[in-house]
Amino acid sequence: MTEKSPEELYNERQARVLAAARCQQPDRIPVFGPFQKYPYQFGGITFKQAMNDYALAREACHKFLDYFQPDVDFGPIFAYPAKAMETIGWKAFKWPGHGLSDDVMYQYIDGEYMTADEYDEFVYDPSGFMFGKWAPRQFTALQGFAQLPPWRRFMWTGWMNIGAIAGPEMQETFSQLTKFAGEINEWWGHQVQYWGELKEKGYPLAFAAWDWPPFDIIGDTLRGTRNVLADMRRRPSKLHDALEVATKIFIEYGSGAEGAPLPFTWTWVHKSTREFMSDAQFKEFYWPYLRKGLMALIDKGIIPVIYWEADFESRLEHIADIPAGKIIYHLSNTNFERAWDVLGGQVCLMGNVPNVMLLGGTPDDVKAYCKRIIDYTKGKPGLIMDAAVMLDEAKPENLKAMFDFTREYGVYR
Amino acid sequence: MKEKLVTAIADMNEDEAFGLVQAMLDGGEDPQLILNAASEAMSIVGQRFDEKEYYLPELIIAGEMMQTIGDLVKPKLRSEAAKSLKQGKVLIGTVAGDIHDIGKDVVSFMLDVNGFEVHDLGVDVPPETFVTKIQEVSPDIVGMSGFLTLGFDQMKRTVDAIREAGLRDQVKIMIGGAIMDEQAAEYAGADAYGRDAAAAVKLAKGWTA
Repeated sequence: MTEKSPEELYNERQARVLAAARCQQPDRIPVFGPFQKYPYQFGGITFKQAMNDYALAREACHKFLDYFQPDVDFGPIFAYPAKAMETIGWKAFKWPGHGLSDDVMYQYIDGEYMTADEYDEFVYDPSGFMFGKWAPRQFTALQGFAQLPPWRRFMWTGWMNIGAIAGPEMQETFSQLTKFAGEINEWWGHQVQYWGELKEKGYPLAFAAWDWPPFDIIGDTLRGTRNVLADMRRRPSKLHDALEVATKIFIEYGSGAEGAPLPFTWTWVHKSTREFMSDAQFKEFYWPYLRKGLMALIDKGIIPVIYWEADFESRLEHIADIPAGKIIYHLSNTNFERAWDVLGGQVCLMGNVPNVMLLGGTPDDVKAYCKRIIDYTKGKPGLIMDAAVMLDEAKPENLKAMFDFTREYGVYR
Repeated sequence: MKEKLVTAIADMNEDEAFGLVQAMLDGGEDPQLILNAASEAMSIVGQRFDEKEYYLPELIIAGEMMQTIGDLVKPKLRSEAAKSLKQGKVLIGTVAGDIHDIGKDVVSFMLDVNGFEVHDLGVDVPPETFVTKIQEVSPDIVGMSGFLTLGFDQMKRTVDAIREAGLRDQVKIMIGGAIMDEQAAEYAGADAYGRDAAAAVKLAKGWTA
């Protein structure tokens, strides 16, 4: 039997993943996922190395790709560019070599980057706020932006009021930005190179756009977790106004996937479990805005991939209110059987092999788990096998078991 | 007025609560009585959290109210407030390499309002620090929080370090965090996994009864 060409493999994999995403029957259950830090562990390098040496990161991703052969692949996109982040001076982040040891995952520093009395300002002109206030708060290199008037005042002769550009803060900002742009272009160059290499090997790219739920845009980016949660009680109408704005931003961000061969917009959901808010709060502040945004993306032919972090069991019935065959829900700790009972066949479910099993269990444990959830679907399509949480550590034989077993046992007859 | 204050705090009416506290202080009320009312309200908040009427947003507001009331009252205290009888001592921290703290803070808060003396080590706590603090504080219980998958191994290393220091038999160890479960507790060598703050309180009460 002749080997398939990369083009044939590419088309086969794309068709398989798209069919599963639409809850239509593919040849077999796809296996892939955002294996965050693990490819670098597998490739024998630290995460710090991956974040600083982009060619090495690409090499590790190829090693991972060649051995595990996921149906679609992310490549080194999760190995953020350390040099560029140092240059722009991202204050809200810690990463290996910058506040953290060499081989751990980077982490966001939750904080108040918009005060309670700045809601109106943000709603009035989100770009003006982000440029003139948020950016200088987040990045040490962008202090100069605080010196400039908002761009909305550039009409008629308003543009004459930019003398601050000659000042030392703005000059320093321009200098750092120019350096940053060079560094970020270098990183993007490596990403684009990988995408080409991926296609040459016969694999589609796993993502076309990234997004953040409206509530998390306000919570993660601006108010900080404690504040946004308290805002639901203290200033609900201000929060609602900001969420309307954030929904438009969500649609804008996610629309980047329109027209892509695999039109996946990946969205991580951070704040919506019952550990963060009640059912009533979820129904009032979280879901309506996210749903509005998702429907807008779906109308454009985009397939959102919603990564429902933690345990979503209490919310399943709410999030079932979405058109059939148009979206993928990734399950972390949510009980699979419960999720399938509510959503199976309507929404493609992805996940949820426990990470602690992939690290501390055995190949037989992993196979048994995969078999359990495959059997529960009773041959109905709409399942993608993946780890429960973005994978950082694992035993290679356990991950291989997830891939090999699913490829063999997950064939639709 | 005391009952009104308890109700205002427990019902999340911040402006009313602060107004009442100020009025009571201006009227010469015993500051300790105000603190006791606040404690009583916190217990009601904790109960409503257990009963799933209140969630994290309400705990956050309650915690901030407690802090504001404490700031208003403490300057008026003539002598150190009598410490109420504590059920037991808990040492808690987020494990090394991890800076997530919200879950840990919720657990600390709930243990505190349920009568435990809580020593919070903060985030990114290496195994050696857990060991040193156990030797210093002699807690009944050690709580480890972890949100990242690196937490599995860090919790194991921490438990191993506690064992190597000859302290394992002196403490009960519980773990928590969004990705943790019973299997993670077993992997780490902990005594139990708690799904949320209410579970942590139940475990702690069971171990110190």
